[in-house]
Amino acid sequence: MKTFQYERPADADTAVALLADAPTGAYLGGGTNLVDLMKLGVAAPDLLVDVSRLPFDAVEETGTGGLRIGAAVRNSTLAVHPLVRERYPVLSQALLSGASTQLRNAATVGGNLLQRTRCPYFQDVGKPCNKRRPGTGCPAREGAHRDLAVLGASEHCVATNPSDMAVALAALDAIVDVASGHGPRRVPLTDLHRLPGDAPDRDTTLRHGELITAVELPPPMPGARSAYRKARDRASYAFALASVGAVLQVREGLVHHVRVAFGALAAKPWRARTAEEALLGEPATTASFDDAVRHELAAARPLRDNGYKVPLARRMAVSMLTELAAASAGGTP
Amino acid sequence: MDGTSEVGLRINGKPFSRVIDNRTTLLDLLREQAGVTGPKKGCDHGQCGACTVLLDGDRRVNACLLLAVSLDGADVTTVEGLADGDRLHPVQQAFVDHDGFQCGFCTPGQICSAVAAIAEARAGWPSVVTPPDTPPGPVEPTAAEIRERMSGNLCRCGAYVNIVAAVREVAR
Amino acid sequence: MTTLPRVTGEAVARIEARDKVTGAASYAADHPLDGLTHAWPVTATVARGDITAVDDSEALRDPAVLAVLTHANAPRLADAGDPMVAVLRSPHVAHHGQIVALAVAETLEAARAAAGAVRVTYDEQPHDVVLTADRPGLYTPDEVNAGHPADRRRGDFDAAYAASEITVDAVYEVTPLHNHPMEPHAATAVWDGDALTVFDSNQGSTVVRSTLAALFEVDEADVRVVSEHVGGGFGSKGTPRPHVALAALAAKAVGRPVRLALPRNRIAAVTGHRAPTIQRVRLGADADGHIDALAHETVTQTSTLTEFVEQASVSSRMMYASPHSLTTHRVARLDVPSPSWMRAPGECPGMFALESAMDELASACGLDPVELRIRNEPPVEPDSGRPFSSRHLVDCLREGARRFGWHDRDPRPAVGRDGPLLIGSGVAASTYPVWVFPSHAEAYAGSDGRYEVRVNATDIGTGARTVLTQIAADALGVPLDLVRVSIGRGDLPAGSVAGGSSGTASWGWPVHKACTDLRQRVSDAGGHVPDGGLFVRADTEQEAGGGTEYSRHAFGAQFAEVQVDTVTGEVRVRRMLGVFAAGHILNPRTARSQFIGGMTMGLGMALTEGSFLDPEFGDFTERDLASYHVAACADVPEIDVHWIDEDDPHLNPMGSKGIGEIGIVGAAAALANAVHHATGMRVRRLPIHPDTILLGL
Repeated sequence: MKTFQYERPADADTAVALLADAPTGAYLGGGTNLVDLMKLGVAAPDLLVDVSRLPFDAVEETGTGGLRIGAAVRNSTLAVHPLVRERYPVLSQALLSGASTQLRNAATVGGNLLQRTRCPYFQDVGKPCNKRRPGTGCPAREGAHRDLAVLGASEHCVATNPSDMAVALAALDAIVDVASGHGPRRVPLTDLHRLPGDAPDRDTTLRHGELITAVELPPPMPGARSAYRKARDRASYAFALASVGAVLQVREGLVHHVRVAFGALAAKPWRARTAEEALLGEPATTASFDDAVRHELAAARPLRDNGYKVPLARRMAVSMLTELAAASAGGTP
Repeated sequence: MDGTSEVGLRINGKPFSRVIDNRTTLLDLLREQAGVTGPKKGCDHGQCGACTVLLDGDRRVNACLLLAVSLDGADVTTVEGLADGDRLHPVQQAFVDHDGFQCGFCTPGQICSAVAAIAEARAGWPSVVTPPDTPPGPVEPTAAEIRERMSGNLCRCGAYVNIVAAVREVAR
Repeated sequence: MTTLPRVTGEAVARIEARDKVTGAASYAADHPLDGLTHAWPVTATVARGDITAVDDSEALRDPAVLAVLTHANAPRLADAGDPMVAVLRSPHVAHHGQIVALAVAETLEAARAAAGAVRVTYDEQPHDVVLTADRPGLYTPDEVNAGHPADRRRGDFDAAYAASEITVDAVYEVTPLHNHPMEPHAATAVWDGDALTVFDSNQGSTVVRSTLAALFEVDEADVRVVSEHVGGGFGSKGTPRPHVALAALAAKAVGRPVRLALPRNRIAAVTGHRAPTIQRVRLGADADGHIDALAHETVTQTSTLTEFVEQASVSSRMMYASPHSLTTHRVARLDVPSPSWMRAPGECPGMFALESAMDELASACGLDPVELRIRNEPPVEPDSGRPFSSRHLVDCLREGARRFGWHDRDPRPAVGRDGPLLIGSGVAASTYPVWVFPSHAEAYAGSDGRYEVRVNATDIGTGARTVLTQIAADALGVPLDLVRVSIGRGDLPAGSVAGGSSGTASWGWPVHKACTDLRQRVSDAGGHVPDGGLFVRADTEQEAGGGTEYSRHAFGAQFAEVQVDTVTGEVRVRRMLGVFAAGHILNPRTARSQFIGGMTMGLGMALTEGSFLDPEFGDFTERDLASYHVAACADVPEIDVHWIDEDDPHLNPMGSKGIGEIGIVGAAAALANAVHHATGMRVRRLPIHPDTILLGL
């Protein structure tokens, strides 16, 4: 870990101004990923601007019945928040599926969104990696890639985004509030992360120095059900092999609103828009879910050892949508 | 570039302040500077839980991933700060009674984690195995709940069965 | 002298329990020293080659950095005959991850940054790291681990197998596995002239002491090794590992105390691991399941630095009646990290293969797997023809079946269901040999009525300190609290390694001998200890050094129930039960923990732990604890353990067999057999990850 300067500004404007002048500086949230990467030599900021104590630590209802979540809210706080549990179960479950309580107690919402891939080549500075050092190559395509992407990857990078929370937020149509020297802007969660293309070093669409200040959730769809499920190599404290977050609203047996997002399949939370479009107005049955999800996953381009992710994601999504549909029909809360 | 900062904390109730290298983690500050070696370095990357300590009450964290400089003003409790004089904390006593450890290296982290896990369940925090329709209020400390909640603390000796028994006894 | 109730056999709490729950127990990296400095390793990024240059200029720019040691500038170590500790001696790189330099600095932060700033250039050479069963270069070693012959043949396997009514022919694979004790390998070293003190994490400091003396060419008497508490080892600290040589070397080079705790992600490459095995098992039996022909052929790998051959076929030599037997080992010498001991080397992977094959044979014969094993119980040990000193496998199987409710199950595969979950159960046998090694002990009686016993045992979590105190108290005929046992220091009477499940027998024997002798002397003195006390020494060079006319092994039976999620392919364990026959159990509390601990590690081996050796780079992909999945608390269900107390007069004065390893033996097979029962799928390659199941469902 290289030596760095540390600043803890009292407000967002100062934080943004500090980083604007530091091209190789970084914001520090909970540090659970950044400090890890600094120890590995993968990240080497010369300035850390600590934003964990900025006044973005509230979870509040919005005027429209949605929820506004401060970027400095701890993952554990958000997971157990009564409004989140009641109105957005998919988000609570996704958070509780991630890491351990210790890590969730440190990790912030903003930091969670910006965590970097767990690809073993990215994490090892002794090896080539296009994400870490553009142009050096991607050994994962031929090497160890059982955990890596089957959707939206490129010849340059097959990394996945490891966040559980982001998958739930993608399924909830969350909006990310960003501050910068050029004023605030709002980014749909699904536009925050980017696919690697020929610039895999850029994980997100944020520009240097932009600061996530909040995440806003639209009001929950009346009567909609939501859930999150994660498959992994051990029963807890492990990254996903595949995960799915879904929101389903059924009216008179037909799909009225549906959102499906996959985790661990791509460099971003993968919104299954093809499946969602196919399902709209269709009967809420296992057969329609299966058709739609197969359609979505037809775009998958697996490598030698990660082809299992396609049936895994499909089975998880179909079974979850089926369960959500049954719960809707049963009318239980 | 200087790369140092002054930081002041309370460690097991005692004030500790010093100018430190910004790179110093809470774990290394405790172990190498404050002489508090109960918290252990099992992985140094938040992947094992041996360094678990309590921040500002019952908030359990991995001390290895926290930069000490970011914790100015914090109140840190380690395994050394749990007993009441010669009287062990109930969780410590339960670990002794149930043989909840073998080599003992993960034990300081397990015990701090267990203290917090019990408080979290009592405060009504759900876990991923809590049924979604569970009403608000304290969560019943079933074996499944304890196993999930203690999963951020690895034990290679395989003492989990006894750890769960120990935590369950206190949580009840 | 009054007769006290015996304390061996009592569930005495660990003597150091209070220290361990309060954080007071000090491990190798916990000892404060004035002027302490810190070291951080630089490791090879090539799998084979020679170092051509080391650029440490950037690293040394920080005034807090004291040195960057390499083969070119480090004090040269003498040859101690062990390549694992021959550190910084040569520019040659034998495997990826080998330690090629060591940064030493005033602080941990500076040492880590310095190591990261060192630039090493290599003349890289092509490497060969991929093990297959039919690759060129496989050879027959002179012997395999634990001194067994590589090959054994009895009868005529080929003819008997060809003539068998029922046959099983299957190949089982285990990936590399990593010990990963929770305490990383660490040492704190300080020199005072030619005298060296090392706080080290190891499984036997007697050998650490003699090795350091040889490396630095000093008297053993001048080397002090302190290992009072050790955070697990599981074989990976069984002999001195590079960290201790490096810490002592660096302390000599900088003239200051040095602490080196290996970073977790460097451990897999330099402290040993369980070598991968490819095991072909063939069983030929009659329709009633009586085995006539048994072949167990293991292919494995070693490194170019050492020859370590995982003796996976060895337990097939003694488990079952098998008139015609062929058991072999072939090994490839590759440019890979050196394999070494990991909990029950040989028996653990070998019994996964054999006990899986037995399950396949039971299916093929339409026999209950418990009954199949009972039918193949040998009258004497098949390989040597020697009688067993005691063997209660059948009792373990029957008792386990009764307690587990084994006979209530529907034996057909893939019929048990609970919603989306498939439920199944499996059984496997366990075995582990009895080892005992010569050790020395001293016992002292004070005139104050207290006793002190000294033996260089190592408590790596087994409860050695506690059980030795129990043995001493009984032999002395005094209450436990009057006896203090000192262990974990290289200057104590020489003790053997905490390995091979041999500790209690090896250390307990001289303790028993010394204390029995001391008791007699106290008695001879009229029951009064004179001023100045009484002192005796004992060793077991004679008793433990020779052979035996008996075949001595512990046995056990393991039962497991699993659930297999048909949606995700995730396998989770519902319950496990182990019944063991391992001589007298001297402390039921710590023994139960040992059995459960072994079974838990076996669960990890079966379901969660897997390691991939990257062909391009020659290193392990899963080097940290986020990617190498040691079972977490949520993976481990209730584990029920029982034992059958054996009265075996052919062991040692305590009548004990080792218990530290048998728990892992057979656990993976019981789980894999349960997966077969649940799904109908036979998984022959571990770990049984969700992808394996999902693609097979």
